[in-house]
Amino acid sequence: MSGVTRDLSAEVGARLAQGLNCAVPFNQSDRVLLGHGSGGKLSAALVRDRFLPHFDSAALAQLGDAAVVDVGAGAIAISTDSFVVNPLEFPGGNIGTLAVNGTVNDVAMMGARPLWLTVGFILEEGLPLEVLDRVTAAMAAAARTAGVAIVAGDTKVVERGKADGMFINTTGVGAVDPTFRPSPERARPGDAILITGDIGVHGITIMAAREGLAFDADLASDSAALTPLVDALRASVGAAIRALRDPTRGGVASTLNEIAAASKVGMVLDETTLPMPREVAAACEMLGLDPLYVANEGICVAIVPGELADAALASLRAHPLGKNARRIGRVVSEHPGMVVMRTGIGGTRVVDMLPGDQLPRIC
Amino acid sequence: MCLGIPGRIIELHHDGDLAMGTVDFGGVRRDVCLAYVQEEVGIGDYVIVHVGFAISKVDEAEAKRTFEALEEMSQLEELEFLKDAIPPGVIGQEARS
Amino acid sequence: MKYLSEYRDAHIARALAKEIRATATRTWTMMEVCGGQTHTIVKQGLDELTEGAVEMIHGPGCPVCVTPLEQIDRALDLAARPGVVLTSFGDMLRVPGSECDLFQIRARGGNVRIVYSPLDALELAQKNPDKEIVFFAVGFETTAPANAMAVWRARELGVKNFSVLVSHVTVPPAMLALLSAPDNRVQAFLAAGHVCTVMGFTEYEPIAATYHVPIIVTGFEPVDLLEGMLMAVKQLEAGDARVENQYVRAVRRDGNVPARSLVERVFELADRQWRGIGEIPLSGLALREEFLEYDAVTKFGLEGIRATEPAECRAGDVLRGQLKPVQCPAFGTVCTPEHPLGAPMVSSEGACAAYYNYGRFRAGAMAPATAGEARP
Repeated sequence: MSGVTRDLSAEVGARLAQGLNCAVPFNQSDRVLLGHGSGGKLSAALVRDRFLPHFDSAALAQLGDAAVVDVGAGAIAISTDSFVVNPLEFPGGNIGTLAVNGTVNDVAMMGARPLWLTVGFILEEGLPLEVLDRVTAAMAAAARTAGVAIVAGDTKVVERGKADGMFINTTGVGAVDPTFRPSPERARPGDAILITGDIGVHGITIMAAREGLAFDADLASDSAALTPLVDALRASVGAAIRALRDPTRGGVASTLNEIAAASKVGMVLDETTLPMPREVAAACEMLGLDPLYVANEGICVAIVPGELADAALASLRAHPLGKNARRIGRVVSEHPGMVVMRTGIGGTRVVDMLPGDQLPRIC
Repeated sequence: MCLGIPGRIIELHHDGDLAMGTVDFGGVRRDVCLAYVQEEVGIGDYVIVHVGFAISKVDEAEAKRTFEALEEMSQLEELEFLKDAIPPGVIGQEARS
Repeated sequence: MKYLSEYRDAHIARALAKEIRATATRTWTMMEVCGGQTHTIVKQGLDELTEGAVEMIHGPGCPVCVTPLEQIDRALDLAARPGVVLTSFGDMLRVPGSECDLFQIRARGGNVRIVYSPLDALELAQKNPDKEIVFFAVGFETTAPANAMAVWRARELGVKNFSVLVSHVTVPPAMLALLSAPDNRVQAFLAAGHVCTVMGFTEYEPIAATYHVPIIVTGFEPVDLLEGMLMAVKQLEAGDARVENQYVRAVRRDGNVPARSLVERVFELADRQWRGIGEIPLSGLALREEFLEYDAVTKFGLEGIRATEPAECRAGDVLRGQLKPVQCPAFGTVCTPEHPLGAPMVSSEGACAAYYNYGRFRAGAMAPATAGEARP
């Protein structure tokens, strides 16, 4: 057998003539690899093929070390937040939806107009790329709806087991409106406490999507950019606005306690006026939770002078996001720093901050 | 011990030989073990559920009877209240007997 | 929600409160046994509505609160072990052991998971054959049928990596202990509705007769509790001492027979320590010998873990109804939900937590309602 040579085809001959390369095929992985965060070709491909098509802003496309944007005259509002929700995807959105809307809202709650976002990804090695695609698509859609541009970003990849799928940090920048400056220490006795929509929806949706508590509910996260509602209040209440805050972790109760403490006022809520879907009420009954402490992502608390409450509510209800807006209480001079609630049957109870997360109970 | 809430059975199934069902709690649904009430319940019945187990079938007839008595009592209380001819503007205050 | 929301009706509640105040010719002292009932009373301000006619003393009906310190320490020991997943109801996570709590163990790397049902813990064991799953089986008689079923099924299905850390207590011995204490002030009881859903109420009949106390089996919503209080007040005014059932929509005299049957098959009565009270004979449940392979204390050799209670905590007096939380010197100062001294401040069902979270407003604003112990 030795000594026999076969005829090489012309193609093979040509290939040999070009020089030999490593024969192992390039790994078209469908998952995030450590290399995607290393700043080399894989990283560049990730940005070019998966991020830029979604986050299409001129500043970002330049791929400079920093984005240069024109802030105009006046003050800017800046906020940063990190998102670590588990599960990554749930009815009504995903971690990306929250990452955009959450930071947009933090800026909007200062009365500022949200303009730009930065995005920092920490991805876990092994995360399926199609999950990343869905997250970026959701972020792009949320940014478009909110009217913000994503102008700068960063990606790091950590070893398997170190990041729960992915973590996202977003920083938002907005233009301050000097005539509309809500602030947590501006609440005064006589003010009305308004809520722009149903409470408890996001938190219960997440709980239902997690394993361990295993219940089904026809709920979807209420995550949304609140800018249209802030604009409505700018028009109807204007400079007289007291405070705006979105009750995310810790729920409405924690937010109101923060404002009461900052303003050194008391608050009295009316339990019969709290708006919530029946599924939230039912899930809270089942798990022994108080809806006042459940997280929200698409509503805000607005404190306005009492005499402007009706006008404020009308302006909120004119927008689909605010159709369930309600007055839920009033600010008082008694018991400063303490929030109390008149219960359905006429008693009163304290609505305090919780030391940590609210836990389901069986007792 | 305590947290038991009423729900309506909307579906029945078995996990091996363990009687189970889907119970609807006013819009939220969960799998519940019906082993302790299986002789008495069917689809549409209400049960009290504690930690994923139905511990009792709700006696709807008794509930209706006793609740109607309570409603009647509360209406009588309102009528008596009015009969005491408390002047207008003072509604909401209750005289201590 | 049907069969729930109607029992929060404001008109009916106020009418009942009015009827209670009209019927009582003096202040009657009664005890609600169950933590869930305490929760409703303080959260809805029911004691405010019946002030003058009824004084509520909050009983030890919080199985989380009365779980002995050493059982908590055993749970902490297990949770810290590699290869063990400790599963528990949410209530237990923040209850302090001798040194820390389950949350802190989790922060240090222990595997602790909240479940809604003991069957979820069993399923976890089936899905994770390489891990040991322990379920912290805390509760009164209400939860015993669920825990019994989990153990029964584990045996039927041949699941070997599952065990339960049992901390079950039963109500009647506790009531007897309270009633036979020389300083007892309780004149009537609102018995725990869901305990009776399982157990029925025949075992309360001799107690009512012997100690001459009305015992009303009561539900958990404001209308239930007010109706139960009214039934008790009517009996007290008439000098009666019977067992009556307010919670007719859920409770029958014999309770749930198949549930009691399985509980008796899997568990037996045992002497039990009640945190803050001491040992009450035959007041607890323990796994029967044939099921000991599912007993976590036996399986993991935890008998040696013992504990002593901290001195300043007055949980015992509160649990026995001798002290109102607001009367405890540590309440709201050294002892708060963020730094609890004892379980009644941590457990959401505990009297101290209920007062702190819901009732401080009134306690601060009002003069003390009862003569006797003044705050130091």
